[in-house]
Amino acid sequence: MGALITSTAQVEGPAPEAVIARDIIKRAAYVTPAFLLVAGLIWGMNGAFSAAYGLTIVVCNFALAAALLTWSANISAGLMMGAALFGYLIRLALIFTAIWLVRDAAWVVMLPLGLTIIIAHLGLLFWEMKFISASLAFPALKPSAVSKESSAQ
Amino acid sequence: MSILAQAAAATTDKATAQAIAGATNAGMAYGLAAIGPGIGIGYLVGQSVQAMARQPEAAGMVRTTMFLGIAFTEALALIGFVVFILLKFV
Repeated sequence: MGALITSTAQVEGPAPEAVIARDIIKRAAYVTPAFLLVAGLIWGMNGAFSAAYGLTIVVCNFALAAALLTWSANISAGLMMGAALFGYLIRLALIFTAIWLVRDAAWVVMLPLGLTIIIAHLGLLFWEMKFISASLAFPALKPSAVSKESSAQ
Repeated sequence: MSILAQAAAATTDKATAQAIAGATNAGMAYGLAAIGPGIGIGYLVGQSVQAMARQPEAAGMVRTTMFLGIAFTEALALIGFVVFILLKFV
């Protein structure tokens, strides 16, 4: 029988959440100009500002989720479960607060802000899922340091 | 004069009642939208921890899919939240 993980034992191994969150943030940086451009063309400068705010909320949400899970998994599996569920509630409350604080600001347009949150969240997730499912299904195709070196020669 | 005052008061009451009903509906929509993902995340993480306990060597892969699963489930709550802010503020 292999090593046993109990609810009080820490989850060993590398933390994939941090890697995924970094990937998502990197991809968010790629798509930010497109979001700003589209929102700016339809709703003007205020729309672009709102889209930027929405993207910031999405990126912070991913980063916070990853940080919470990584931190709690280093302590125990039970805490990871708690952090996942209560982290979800806390993050929802933080998103609500972030929007509540700017609801009356002159530069906020709610429609592009809401649409950006949904589209960016789902779009970045699907993009990352495509990458991850490909690397899980075909691990041999994943670029490694050795293959990069050999291709450089 | 008193009829006019009564009509004005009735209009104000109607507007207030509509505002209260709108806020209540928006709040209920957000609350209901958050229940499903809450159950989903709890189930997902519970099963993932069970999978990690059964196969500790696959913990990395399980955590990868768990994180993505949590984020996808959370998207439902975000959609509910956006509907709420659009109902409430637009």
